[in-house]
Amino acid sequence: MTTTETTVSDAHGASGVNYLNADYGVRSWLFTKDHKRIGLLYLASITIFFALGGLAALMIRLDLLTPAGDLVGDETYNKLFTMHGVVMIFFFLVPSIPAVIGNFMLPLMIGARDLAFPRLNLASWYIFNLGGAFALWSLLSGGVDTGWTFYTPYSTMSSNTNVISAAFGAFISGFASILTGVNFIATIHRMRAPGMTWGRMPLFVWAMYATSIIFVLGTPVIAITLLLMILERAFHIGIFDPALGGDPILFQHLFWFYSHPAVYIMILPSMGVVSEIITCFSRNRIFGYSFIAASSIAIALLGFLVWGHHMFVSGQSVNAGLIFSFLSMVVAIPSAVKVFNWTATLYRGSVWLQAPMLYALGFIGLFTIGGLTGLFLATLATDVHLHDTYFVVAHFHYIMVGGALMGYLGAIHFWWPKITGRLYPEGLAKIAAVIVFLGFNLTFFPQFVLGYLGMPRRYHVYPDEFQILNVLSTAGASILGVGYLLPLLYLVWSMRYGPKAADNHWGAVGLEWQTTSPPPTNNFEQTPVVTGEPYDYRDPVEVKDVA
Amino acid sequence: MIGRFSLFPEQASTVAGQIDAIYFFLVAVSAVFSLAIAAAIVVFAVRFRRSKERQVIPTWEGLLSLELTWTIIPFLITLVMFFWGARVFITLRTPPENALQVYVVGKQWMWKVQHVEGKREINELHVPVGRPVKLVMTSEDVIHSFFVPAFRVKQDAVPGRYTSLWFEASKAGEYHLFCAEYCGGQHSRMIGRVIAMEPAEFQRWLSGSTGTTGNPSSMVSAGQQLFEQLGCATCHQENSGARGPNLAGLFNKQVALLDGRSVVADEAYLRESILNPQAAVVAGYQPIMPTFKGLVSEEGLLQLITYIKSLQAADAAPDAAPAVKTHATLQGSEEQG
Repeated sequence: MTTTETTVSDAHGASGVNYLNADYGVRSWLFTKDHKRIGLLYLASITIFFALGGLAALMIRLDLLTPAGDLVGDETYNKLFTMHGVVMIFFFLVPSIPAVIGNFMLPLMIGARDLAFPRLNLASWYIFNLGGAFALWSLLSGGVDTGWTFYTPYSTMSSNTNVISAAFGAFISGFASILTGVNFIATIHRMRAPGMTWGRMPLFVWAMYATSIIFVLGTPVIAITLLLMILERAFHIGIFDPALGGDPILFQHLFWFYSHPAVYIMILPSMGVVSEIITCFSRNRIFGYSFIAASSIAIALLGFLVWGHHMFVSGQSVNAGLIFSFLSMVVAIPSAVKVFNWTATLYRGSVWLQAPMLYALGFIGLFTIGGLTGLFLATLATDVHLHDTYFVVAHFHYIMVGGALMGYLGAIHFWWPKITGRLYPEGLAKIAAVIVFLGFNLTFFPQFVLGYLGMPRRYHVYPDEFQILNVLSTAGASILGVGYLLPLLYLVWSMRYGPKAADNHWGAVGLEWQTTSPPPTNNFEQTPVVTGEPYDYRDPVEVKDVA
Repeated sequence: MIGRFSLFPEQASTVAGQIDAIYFFLVAVSAVFSLAIAAAIVVFAVRFRRSKERQVIPTWEGLLSLELTWTIIPFLITLVMFFWGARVFITLRTPPENALQVYVVGKQWMWKVQHVEGKREINELHVPVGRPVKLVMTSEDVIHSFFVPAFRVKQDAVPGRYTSLWFEASKAGEYHLFCAEYCGGQHSRMIGRVIAMEPAEFQRWLSGSTGTTGNPSSMVSAGQQLFEQLGCATCHQENSGARGPNLAGLFNKQVALLDGRSVVADEAYLRESILNPQAAVVAGYQPIMPTFKGLVSEEGLLQLITYIKSLQAADAAPDAAPAVKTHATLQGSEEQG
């Protein structure tokens, strides 16, 4: 990005005051209104949730080593996959990139001093943790066994576990999402630096904008749905249970009206990250800027019209099935357009295979497979066979783990020098990225095969002939676990012992790289003025060769 | 079949081949696209790898013709997927007129099956090869899903309504039956077998007394018995003083209601009228019928409905022949989603 004010970094490089050392003590963190510190608070919260969700996944995979499911009992198994789903979706994936990276980077990338509503931002973190505490308490004090989908009438009339407190936890944390969404939208509209027109906004900012639209429009629906479910369970008000005059399929419509767009809450931010990394590490303009930006918005809006593809065999009418199938095909197109544009960006670039780039390229590969297998489920006839089998499990893990989580790890590595002012060990990070990629494929590819063979999801006892594929999957999961543990260790290590990072470690052109590493509390000493396009690598900043 | 490791499920129904054809098409499209993307990434990453000598002068930032190409071509391919998938799906959801009707009730955690002739089974379903079979399903408690991988068919069994599913087994054998919709504690033990038999053998099985409950009486006569026990005949009889509408020949007819609407008297309507009589009162009658909610089990309801279906209009024969003839389509009950 071309800017006219470049004196900032010098001034601050000298004084050495930044957002991390500007103030000390627990209070300075718990009452901070600095978006960067709040981003790190979120990082701490979701890392704990990720560890918990991962632990549940580990138990699930170990139990599935044998067809008899003899590690844990039926009830425990059901509680484990519910815990895994609830924690990973509501308390890790949904907040991951927006609340950590978005919080930290969005103002920096548009040349703002903070988000539009700093107090609201801090409030969202407290609300998130309150919701998380409810969910954790219910999961640990006996557990919940409804699955993260809370389908009625099982959740309202049959399950005798802590459904209400778990759903209430998800309900509360939804408000954190809404606040973040409102905050981002206001910030993007009102606080862009002079010259930062919509057409000059980094694609990550476009992705945050699209995600915020879903936060604001979708989250209230899941809040209402969960509340109605709680009312029926607690007071026997007939809404979903046919025994009380309700309609159980109504719940599915309401639930998926949010929860399908929620998939895009998880993937759009990663797409934004990948757009940033691909250009920086190709030293090339992004190919098709306007198409990538527009496709984010298209996905956000079209994503609201496809929820019925979760319900082809639920009792929904044939005509509804036809419409939802068609719209699901349409929503696949903007994603395909992004993949093609990223690939084209590499062409005649100067491709630099550092760890963030490995994650970004890994994302493209896994997301492509995840997206294409989505077509199997959007196609009506094949979905009848595949619905609720391991094929679905494999598909959405390719999107949410292969896609969203790879993007998150890429983002963490890419911006780590900016966030902490330290460097992580690049060689080790590259090895970890490769381990994650291989471990992931070994874990989830066999599940496609299992699904077409007909193994239903949420089965912990299964016929013998499915064992070989399950053992492969568990073996892959153990490799994947190592791949996740490595970054956790070396990133924590680097915070104290890593070499100091330069202000612009990667020689990137984004505004966030024009200030010091770590940035000062107010981000920029003088408001930057933007005079040109984003991703202008024609005259790239010289980088010290790290490779 | 059951118990052998393989990478591809057996095809044991008439639609399995059609669905597998779409599946292979999808696999081919996916393989071509993912390999093309992967190859492009590897080639570009090597060919244009970072080196000190080469000065990069980026020259392009987009090409409208290219953008349109890779928007339109994938869209056309997905259209093929949509239409092909929709065509087979419509087949899957349109049971043939001559389908043999079998009634299925799911409950935590078992499948209960009733044949019209009276045979009952638990976690097993015997069907003849070479004849379409239509399952009319409901659930006693939570949502379950009837899934036979070898037939490539699946349909949720939803409490409070009837859903249906049809298939035609093409090969004799035993096949997995799974509950595919999570239903609580022993979800993964809610499994069973579908046993496809040669027609003659099936007939022997049907008339034998080796079922789960011996000495079966047909669903029609079981329904008739319930009809009398519950006192339905008091009002719903040709000569009962017209307190309630006559049920003979009612099934699948248009019925004018008190509030001016008009509905088709299908399974869903009959079910509703028994459990919640005030919801749709027939024009010309008083809303005086009491509810039978809690008095009839799901299986009993199915027997009552089968009996009502068997009642022919005045001049036709009574409950002798109707088993096959009355199995008209069930569309009404499925289109309520």
